[in-house]
Amino acid sequence: MRMGEKKRSLMRFKRFLPIYLMMLPGLLYLFINSYMPLPGLVLAFKNYNANKGIYGSPWVGFKNFKYLFANDAWYITRNTILYNLAFIVVNTCLAIAIAIILSEMSSKMKKVYQSSILMPFMLSTVIVSYLVYAFLGTDYGQLNSLLVKLGGQPISWYVESKYWPFILVFVNAWKGVGYSCIVYIATITGFDTSYYEAAVMDGASKWQQIRLITIPLLKSTVIMMTVLAIGRIFYSDFGLFYQVPRNSGALFRVTNTIDTYVYRSLLELGDINMSAAAGFYQSIVGFLLVIGTNLLLRKKDPENAIF
Amino acid sequence: MIEGRSDRIFKVMSHIVMVLVSLAAVLPMLLLAASSLTENAILLKNGYSYFPEKWTLDNYKYILENSDKIFKAYSISIVLTVTGTTLGTAITVLLGYGLSRPNLPGKSVLMIFVVVTMLFNGGLVPTYMNYSNTFHLKNTFLGLLIPGLLMNGFHVMLVKSYFTVSVPQEIMDAAEIDGASEFRKFSKVALPLAVPIIATIALFVGIAYWNDWNNGYIYLSTNTDLYSIQNLLNRMQQNLQFITQNASTMSIGTAAKDIPSEGVRMAISVLGVLPILIVYPFVQRFFIKGITLGGVKG
Repeated sequence: MRMGEKKRSLMRFKRFLPIYLMMLPGLLYLFINSYMPLPGLVLAFKNYNANKGIYGSPWVGFKNFKYLFANDAWYITRNTILYNLAFIVVNTCLAIAIAIILSEMSSKMKKVYQSSILMPFMLSTVIVSYLVYAFLGTDYGQLNSLLVKLGGQPISWYVESKYWPFILVFVNAWKGVGYSCIVYIATITGFDTSYYEAAVMDGASKWQQIRLITIPLLKSTVIMMTVLAIGRIFYSDFGLFYQVPRNSGALFRVTNTIDTYVYRSLLELGDINMSAAAGFYQSIVGFLLVIGTNLLLRKKDPENAIF
Repeated sequence: MIEGRSDRIFKVMSHIVMVLVSLAAVLPMLLLAASSLTENAILLKNGYSYFPEKWTLDNYKYILENSDKIFKAYSISIVLTVTGTTLGTAITVLLGYGLSRPNLPGKSVLMIFVVVTMLFNGGLVPTYMNYSNTFHLKNTFLGLLIPGLLMNGFHVMLVKSYFTVSVPQEIMDAAEIDGASEFRKFSKVALPLAVPIIATIALFVGIAYWNDWNNGYIYLSTNTDLYSIQNLLNRMQQNLQFITQNASTMSIGTAAKDIPSEGVRMAISVLGVLPILIVYPFVQRFFIKGITLGGVKG
């Protein structure tokens, strides 16, 4: 009996062998790309010495973190979270508004509009930074030309930090709204049309239909998308914060996020300890947030939880 | 059906709003194109403008004549995108398919193995150490190809759920009864039905490779010969930044020599966007499908 079972499972394994072989390259890649780096996280607790390697370098306990939290942790965390919150609010509102308008349309123009607003999403952040520069460049930029024409003074945009929160929120919306919009359009398309038919019978105007049917029905999607975005609130789009402000030192106070900080510490300042500590901090808090939001989703909306 | 007055107003208003929004999305790209067609002297005199006093193809001529670096970077971008997309899509689809097989022994362990990569990552420092010290990918083509971009757990899950939902189990069972091997079932039954998801994944991976500047920036520290077009554009911008920041303290001549004029830089960036704009109309359908799939399923 036991022998038979063993034989059967061996047969089953043999039968599925081609499947395992097919999966192997992908699994191997995930192992190399996502698992092999993990032991390197201990660097956050070490004083890295290139000659001794990760494991030979001496332990320093929480010294790196003490230094990080005494200096830069506060403002890079603040920037990361506040920008993400602003992005969530602005992009969600714009995306919903545009999605509602587009889904009320039936004409061919709908496709043209949708293609246009999605296009910026396809551009690399390097190209986006060139575009932004064409507008904000101090000497030749469009905005300064306009300011001068109107009798004002040109502004050195890449030095004046007070404008950047707005610029970055704007650029992010410009690039990302088309993308978020599609999810909402798909949701609206899936709504039961009988609600709208009944509303039209009762003489409801478009405005009333949107206010009383579409928006309430969209609520659960909005909540889900927001929860997912909050799960990623400790991460930022490195390109947006690094490329678009052109790595300008005068702007660091308002453009440095955890991602750009980790990058600069590692590759520009060569301060591996600080970079490792900030990266560790991001990985752990980011992980807790993802887990937390997923637990929340699993309770409220199990179909959309990752696990 | 009779349209009420307020509905007509709504219709007109919504077209007005959408025209404005669409213009806001597209106009900056036109500014890029217009300035690449502006004579440099005029650009320096009047600044960036949609309607330059004088149109010219000089910037593009300059690129053609001094094309070595740009041509090389362009070829690297193309080779990288083609290789990365082919390899990445292949391993993603294979893994996703495997995970979709209902009776696969050890399936739940493998699922956890994939999902964990979506929840947790070591971040830049450990990843950088891994690739540069363990695998020695610094300053090699593999440094552009391998880190981060080849595959991700999220795409694997998309493929997995596509196979689960869109390839009916009955067809697979029927093939099995006919004596088809596991490999045959995949290649002859499942794969032909999976063209839409394959196209979608290929598109996302392809765009990520074409637009990527990060890997080159991090892993090509000395070997600038391998720069992709994005890295080249990025480098030009940095050199310029360096000059403006240090203008008073150093002799500009040496560094400035390497930097093409404003118009030429704009022309190169137009070339950098061009492939995307060319394929965009054809792939948009798959792109929207991918976003919808991804958005609805986490």
